[in-house]
Amino acid sequence: MRLFTNYYETAAVILFCIGFTTMMLNKNLIKKIIGMDIMDSAVYLFLACQGYIEGRTAPIVVDGVQSVEAYINPIPAGLVLTGIVVSVSVSALMLALSVRLYYRYHTLDLDEIIAIAGREEV
Amino acid sequence: MQLVQNFPFACILLTLICAVITSVLKPRAARYLTFFAICAVTAMTACVMVFTLKTGESYVYLMGHFPAPWGNEIRVGVLETVTMMVLCFVILFSFTGGMRVSVRQIEETKYNIFCILVDLTMLSLLALVYTNDLFTAYVFIEINTLAAAGLVIMRQIGRGVVAGVRYMIMNLLGSSLFLIGVVILYTITGHLLMEPIQDSVAVLAQTGKYHVPLTMVLALISVGLAMKSALFPFSSWLPGAYSNATPTASALLSSIVSKGYIVLLVKVYVRVIGYDVVRQLGVFDVLFVFGAAGMVMGSVCAVRAKTTRMMVAYSSVAQIGYIFTALGMGNEVGMVCALWHVLAHAATKSMLFISGAELDVASGDTHLRRDLRGGFWRSPLAATAFTLGSANLVGVPMLSAFVTKVMLSTAAINTGGRHAAITLACLAVSTLLNAWYFLNTTLHLFTPVRDESGARVVQSRVPMRGMTALSLIGFIALNLILGLWCGDILDALFTGLHHFA
Repeated sequence: MRLFTNYYETAAVILFCIGFTTMMLNKNLIKKIIGMDIMDSAVYLFLACQGYIEGRTAPIVVDGVQSVEAYINPIPAGLVLTGIVVSVSVSALMLALSVRLYYRYHTLDLDEIIAIAGREEV
Repeated sequence: MQLVQNFPFACILLTLICAVITSVLKPRAARYLTFFAICAVTAMTACVMVFTLKTGESYVYLMGHFPAPWGNEIRVGVLETVTMMVLCFVILFSFTGGMRVSVRQIEETKYNIFCILVDLTMLSLLALVYTNDLFTAYVFIEINTLAAAGLVIMRQIGRGVVAGVRYMIMNLLGSSLFLIGVVILYTITGHLLMEPIQDSVAVLAQTGKYHVPLTMVLALISVGLAMKSALFPFSSWLPGAYSNATPTASALLSSIVSKGYIVLLVKVYVRVIGYDVVRQLGVFDVLFVFGAAGMVMGSVCAVRAKTTRMMVAYSSVAQIGYIFTALGMGNEVGMVCALWHVLAHAATKSMLFISGAELDVASGDTHLRRDLRGGFWRSPLAATAFTLGSANLVGVPMLSAFVTKVMLSTAAINTGGRHAAITLACLAVSTLLNAWYFLNTTLHLFTPVRDESGARVVQSRVPMRGMTALSLIGFIALNLILGLWCGDILDALFTGLHHFA
């Protein structure tokens, strides 16, 4: 079964689905942000495991071994790092917005907030 | 390498440096520095455009001196420079034109943050238009999203923050889908630069390998970028975001932020996956259906809108529908039509937002369409600009959107079959609805205000700042140039598209 061979990818897809449904179906803003973070982490897991090659080590030269064959592909790891930085910024902004909304509307329920905001004057 | 060839990278670097410096400046100085950055980028882009038009060739600029497939690159050609030129003017006029209202609506201590966000929006647009690397595109998509969300919430009113959160949720979903698409593409091709990916994809398409992953990649990237550019039915975030932001922010969101993603999508289709492969995988048909639905549904919602800004915002949904319908034609005329409408809509919609805001101020800070009655006598220049923009989007000949409608019809007829029938029907319905709501509003502007006895009330002219007046004149000139010199610009777009592939 390929699903069990590629278990990193399988886990990433399952995590993505969990994050996606949490983000889209939950009304609570904090849970939405958690869902979004799970979704992003799933993508990074998927990306990181693309660079992994069974039996090879991290691309740091030790003991004088310089053959490319000895190491995994470092590019996905570099991309994941960049992605994590972006993801952290996005989470920070979303949390800041949630705090702002909570102070104003005294709830974290997005549907309720939209309903109250809709009744405010244009 | 000539000096002018360094300018695109210099533009990106300059905007980034200005954004950093702006963070420690006082509001007035921040405004001047941002204005300087926009003017400098516009001037440098003009030089690069002249260079690419003169040589008729594109060039690749290495970042960090590592050649493909390892290094990072930007690519500069006729298509990129012409697009950037028009969008630079739009940014310039939007920033200066909306300054008066923005200064009133934004807390003084936060004004330099607003300037940083404008700088970052321009930076991400430059990177999206010029980049030759898909992961760089993803990073700047996220920067664009963060900057745009900041612009939406800058007024710090409750509805604006709610709109900002909704904007973020939909856009982050779009970014994630785009990133998964890029990751899968990297997995099956081993590259992130556009040319090497295209070569690998061509081989895969020939051999028939990885057909399903390729289809998935296209679907994920298309849906991701369609969500971010507010294609119907992913446009629920758009009206709130556009109507609750400052006029400059609304103008930038409608004309710069969403358009950057569409230019990137065209790049993905033409330079990354390859036009023929995209056509084989059937993605164009899906875009066509959503685009045609957006043309009608956006116009229907705009008819029902009570405020001017909401009407203009919903009209954007319809106009983005035009762009995606043109893309969905799957032929060269359709692709150029989509790129042309990106420019035409950017120039017109930003003018409508800026002039609409001036009319609202001149009518006693109202937002309601019916309160604009007699607006022409209170603010003649703003009313003229609004009327020109309305006439343009309705499709009056000699103006840019008319060219879009003619090209869209031509592309539909060339395609034939159901595409032609659906496009022509949707185009007719959408144009009628456009005429309904835009003419309705414009008529209000030219209808004199009368008191209860029926006597005409004399309207006093509301003074306009010189900078705002100059910006509106600039917008009018830009729209007239796009309409009257459409032949030359279309030729440049066709040439650019040929070099692009």
